[in-house]
Amino acid sequence: MKVLWLQAAGCGGCTQSLLGAENRAGVLAQFADAGLELLLHPALSEASGDEALALLRAAASGDLPFDILCIEGALLRGPNGSGRFQMLSGSGRPLIDWVRELAAQARTVIAIGSCSAFGGIISSGENLTDACGLQFDGDQAGGLLGPDFRAAAGLPVINVAGCPVHPGWVVDTLLALALGAFSESDLDPWQRPRSYTEQLVHHGCPRNEYYEFKASAQKLSDLGCLMENMGCKGTQANADCNLRPWNGVGSCVRGGFPCISCTEPGFEEPGHPFMATPKIAGIPIGLPIDMPKAWFVALAALSKSATPRRVRENSRSDHPVILPGTRKSGPK
Amino acid sequence: MSRRLSIGPFNRVEGDLEVTLDIADGRVASAQVCSSLYRGFEQILIAKHPLDALVIVPRICGICSVSQSAAAAAALADATGLQMPVNGRLASQLILACENLADHLTHFYLFFMPDFGRAAYRRRPWHAQAEKRFKADVGEALREVLPARADWLRLMGYLAGKWPHSLALQPGGTTRAITATEKVRLLTVLREFRAFLSRCVFGDTLENVGALRSAGQLTAWAQGRAADFPRFLDIAADLGLERIGRGSDTFLSYGAYAQPEQEGQQDRDGQHLFARGVWRDGAQAFDEALISEDVAHAWLFGEQPLHPRQGETRPLVADFADQPGAYTWCKAPRYDARVAETGALARQMVDGQPLLRALVTANGGSVLARVVARLFEIALVVPAMESWVRALTPGEPFCNQWQLPDQATAVGLVEAARGALGHWLQIEGGKIARYQIIAPTTWNFSPRDAGGVPGALEQALVGLPVGEGESMPLVVQHVVRSFDPCMVCTVH
Repeated sequence: MKVLWLQAAGCGGCTQSLLGAENRAGVLAQFADAGLELLLHPALSEASGDEALALLRAAASGDLPFDILCIEGALLRGPNGSGRFQMLSGSGRPLIDWVRELAAQARTVIAIGSCSAFGGIISSGENLTDACGLQFDGDQAGGLLGPDFRAAAGLPVINVAGCPVHPGWVVDTLLALALGAFSESDLDPWQRPRSYTEQLVHHGCPRNEYYEFKASAQKLSDLGCLMENMGCKGTQANADCNLRPWNGVGSCVRGGFPCISCTEPGFEEPGHPFMATPKIAGIPIGLPIDMPKAWFVALAALSKSATPRRVRENSRSDHPVILPGTRKSGPK
Repeated sequence: MSRRLSIGPFNRVEGDLEVTLDIADGRVASAQVCSSLYRGFEQILIAKHPLDALVIVPRICGICSVSQSAAAAAALADATGLQMPVNGRLASQLILACENLADHLTHFYLFFMPDFGRAAYRRRPWHAQAEKRFKADVGEALREVLPARADWLRLMGYLAGKWPHSLALQPGGTTRAITATEKVRLLTVLREFRAFLSRCVFGDTLENVGALRSAGQLTAWAQGRAADFPRFLDIAADLGLERIGRGSDTFLSYGAYAQPEQEGQQDRDGQHLFARGVWRDGAQAFDEALISEDVAHAWLFGEQPLHPRQGETRPLVADFADQPGAYTWCKAPRYDARVAETGALARQMVDGQPLLRALVTANGGSVLARVVARLFEIALVVPAMESWVRALTPGEPFCNQWQLPDQATAVGLVEAARGALGHWLQIEGGKIARYQIIAPTTWNFSPRDAGGVPGALEQALVGLPVGEGESMPLVVQHVVRSFDPCMVCTVH
């Protein structure tokens, strides 16, 4: 399968993340072995200038058939609808025009990262650049290509959202497409691959014991649960970050800082400082997904009153100050 | 015979770049460098909570993500007057060094070397080998380098949760305390990376590489050595890469990797592993007050050069034709009204690395010197990182607490892989009132200033030979990529 990759108004971080995929011969060899051919990638391909433009023109006109269009970065419609904030270098034309033409030719279109899925960080604040995603403008269907867009093979834009993406999310999606094993039922309501959004960031969180007892971190670098005070949205965010480690061993909460729900449309404007939990009458506004508020309040009150001293003390330290007891041997 | 040549999209640089050359009598007579993407981070940051900068600024750039975090954390620390605990400082430096070295490696193997595998060089004696090892997407070196890079980034998994876009770097230190067992594992990651570098990149120990002091020693050392850096030196000698790409020869470094005084043997300014300063025919002290930016040739409003503390960013949104002299979204930063170059070469020049000083004394800044400086830095920084890991004290704090002031004016200066990165922050009423950023490639790929003086790359391109039918001259590509530009940082 031929893959054409363009970088719109993003940071290139999704590509950088992807290159860190853990594979014995590296992700490029993995793609090649799976029959994925990178026709053009701005950070990787030999072609530049005329060579690259000729290839893009042929792809946009249909003379060069290709299978998958990957777009990384938000689509800038501004100023005043002109697309002038991002011209495709050497072409004298706005990048959004190229993306529209190429999307019309591609068998499948993939948004790589939350910027090209929903607009992402570039669309925050006053959104002076009029940034949007390929098929969403924040949480509103539409975006650059419109709500009814379907690529030639029949799917809407596949939103591999995340800021950045986990390399595995891209690899799994591309390899499933290469196998012909990806269909519309594999997409969630935000058109994200369910392979990684059927889980919550909370699943596999190493702070689970602190969560259970509502033993909360009082400050960053504390070991306690980050939900009550530090703005963590792990109990609401769809992603498998704590089931599939980042960079071999990590994740946001493993790194000591809150999940900001970066796979979700609108994560860039949470309406509160990112690293502080908004509360009403001491109760966090954002409760664990699927959990009725009254239950949460009751459970929190009970579990706080039952918190073992070890868990409470450790939650307020950056390293365990009290170790778990040691089980006596023999049958229990 | 004169003609104008516009080159874009310029691939294997980070972000959007277009280079326009005026060619007369077979040589570049003048060059214009265009940063063709504007995203407006400095406006996005206005009215946000100051700590939200730590979420927003890494997303300026996915390859300098941690550097942006480090600059923001430094500016916030400056606003609070905060010091980090020793562990926090060491962990912050390890995170920044991990990114910087990963970037040097990425530049060498993915961005820079693939050009030597091009068919246009097929008559050169080294071409077959270069094509086999370095060809874009498929070169055999990539099968070793990408896994080694992924293993290296495990340092980020431990210390920063993930890369890119971590929140681990805070004004008071880092959010992730390292345990005694993890300290052992960090040293294991470093040892494995060291082994990869010795085998694949250098063909020698890092210490032997770091001890090379002259061009003659370098040439003798590289002779017949079966590793990728010596292979590059062989190619560079054949193509004369030491003679192309001379820029302004004023070098700027904010100083990299703070050293505590009790440990400080290697640092000559008493504060950094690689000293802070300016080099222009000799070492000079750095004075932050001498920085200014002007927008005379940018698609931005503004009257006169401003210090970034007073800086503003107001993009044209219509009537682009009203500013006929404008050709980029990039501002023109100047140091003491001069064009400065920044990056690994600048760091090593300012710090006094004998080999790099010798190369620059002989031929000025060049493609060769810039690439050598990056690889030297890898050889010099890995041993320093090993000592930082050993100095971590599990059980001691990694992060101090802070109280952000309602009003503050602050600055954070760090060295990213690509050079001097500064964040200027103003807080009013507990919110960000002004945020100005000058990134390394803003310096290197600056447009002309109000006086018409071209930026560092614009100068470095002048005089390069361009053949009659050439539309994508390879020498131009070598010079451009020798700076390892990061265009997403440039305009931000």
